[in-house]
Amino acid sequence: MAVPLTPDEALDGPPLSYNPELERIEIELLLEGVFRHYGFDFRSYAYASIRRRLWKRTEAEGLSSISELQALVLHDSAAMERLLLDLSVSVTAMFRDPGFYQVFREEVVPLLRTYPFIRIWHAGCSSGEEVYSTAIVLEEEGLLERTRIYATDINDAVLQQARAGIFPLNRMQEYTENYIRAGGKRSFSEYYTAKYDGALFSPSLTRNTVFSQHNLVTDRSFSEFTVIFCRNVLIYFDRDLQNRVHTLFYDSLVMLGILALGSKESLRFSQYEPCYEKLHPREKLYRKIR
Amino acid sequence: MAYEIIVVGTSWGGLAALRELIRELPAGFGLPLVIVQHRHKRSGQLLPSLLQDCTPLFVCEVDDKAPIETGTVYVAPADYHLLIEDGHFALSTDEPVRYSRPSIDVTLVSAADSYGEHSVGVVLTGANADGARGLKRIHDRGGLALVQLPSTAESPAMPTAALRSVPNARALSIEQIAATLASLPVESARHSERR
Ligand SMILES: C[S@@+](CC[C@H](N)C(=O)[O-])C[C@H]1O[C@@H](n2cnc3c(N)ncnc32)[C@H](O)[C@@H]1O
Repeated sequence: MAVPLTPDEALDGPPLSYNPELERIEIELLLEGVFRHYGFDFRSYAYASIRRRLWKRTEAEGLSSISELQALVLHDSAAMERLLLDLSVSVTAMFRDPGFYQVFREEVVPLLRTYPFIRIWHAGCSSGEEVYSTAIVLEEEGLLERTRIYATDINDAVLQQARAGIFPLNRMQEYTENYIRAGGKRSFSEYYTAKYDGALFSPSLTRNTVFSQHNLVTDRSFSEFTVIFCRNVLIYFDRDLQNRVHTLFYDSLVMLGILALGSKESLRFSQYEPCYEKLHPREKLYRKIR
Repeated sequence: MAYEIIVVGTSWGGLAALRELIRELPAGFGLPLVIVQHRHKRSGQLLPSLLQDCTPLFVCEVDDKAPIETGTVYVAPADYHLLIEDGHFALSTDEPVRYSRPSIDVTLVSAADSYGEHSVGVVLTGANADGARGLKRIHDRGGLALVQLPSTAESPAMPTAALRSVPNARALSIEQIAATLASLPVESARHSERR
């Protein structure tokens, strides 16, 4: 069956005639060029996904090889902007994976109560939905007052959205369901006011939060934390880079501090596995024990 | 020709078909078998546990960057695309492809591009056309393409589309597919990492 392809669902990949080794060389060269010319470092991002996105962009630009895409993005910064959009995935949601927040409330909150002062780092916080969700849990548990939250991302545009605290009104029904399934104790609508087509979240939720730019690939640790959230970010990195970032997290966590990963991310394939214990059989919550 | 990985895609009617297929595989089955089944994004761990009930092989849902091991049944997690690299999996939350995430096409293409002629693609029952393009890629790269005989499928649309896309694919009943998979030549010197 000749299924015609439209650009938005291009069959991620090169034409059949393409030599896979040559393809890898071209992709590495393009990423190196982008890094040296523009400073964006995607060299250690997960190859299979980067490759899909590069081909998508190649096809969308009407080109037929990665080398042609390289020439285009190096000489035309508008094309680079388009590629950058393809390469950054910032999808997020409030109370994404409600079960995670439920376990956080039940298993992690009691541990946090034992600290006079709590420091939380949301690494790769995107537009902030995760930050507001966690703040709501901490508020309901009476811990927000003694918590300092650092929310960082590489992408300044999403951080500005996070600071504004306005999320699409048409997602509030989904978020309300998530909130309830996550064990929320109040009425979700208490936390926002509807404005035009946006839901403005109560600024008091972020009264102790600092949003700032931080690049997990190149920037260093900047404090010692009780909890580090890094959910659905490492998935975009290759195993080498994941390990480097795990070093950063390990160094930035207090002893007995908590590391929270995305639902399908695991410490199991990292060299840091022996340094943590699992707090829950299913949710990816770990505690630094050595 | 020695094979190294099998990808099975299915949608509507998939659970019963998968159970029938998995049940027939011997305990010493020597290949990784990767299942991509369309399902609701909140469907959780039900599918892996229902499959585990009918096989001595280890069944698990894939975590990002998990190494690919022989004799294991892997299930693509709901709401992620499952990509295959040499020796390990990679998950992605890229947009759904033709309304599906996981997309069967995406995983088949990725297996074909990483494992070429060492890959096996299987398309079972389903009510859409996902898998047809990916199976073609498996076939074009020299891998083995198997399709459930449409007349035996609870929902014949998907196998029919796959056969139209890959006319040379072998159309078989589930029992025959299981027998074919069980008798595939397997690489004797196993390696978890090819690169
Ligand atoms: C899919 S979002 C995850 C958002 C949120 N943590 C969640 O789980 O819903 C991934 C985020 O990681 C950010 N990111 C990607 N590479 C990064 C890097 N090198 N340093 C910091 N953040 C990065 C992206 O900008 C994006 O906002």
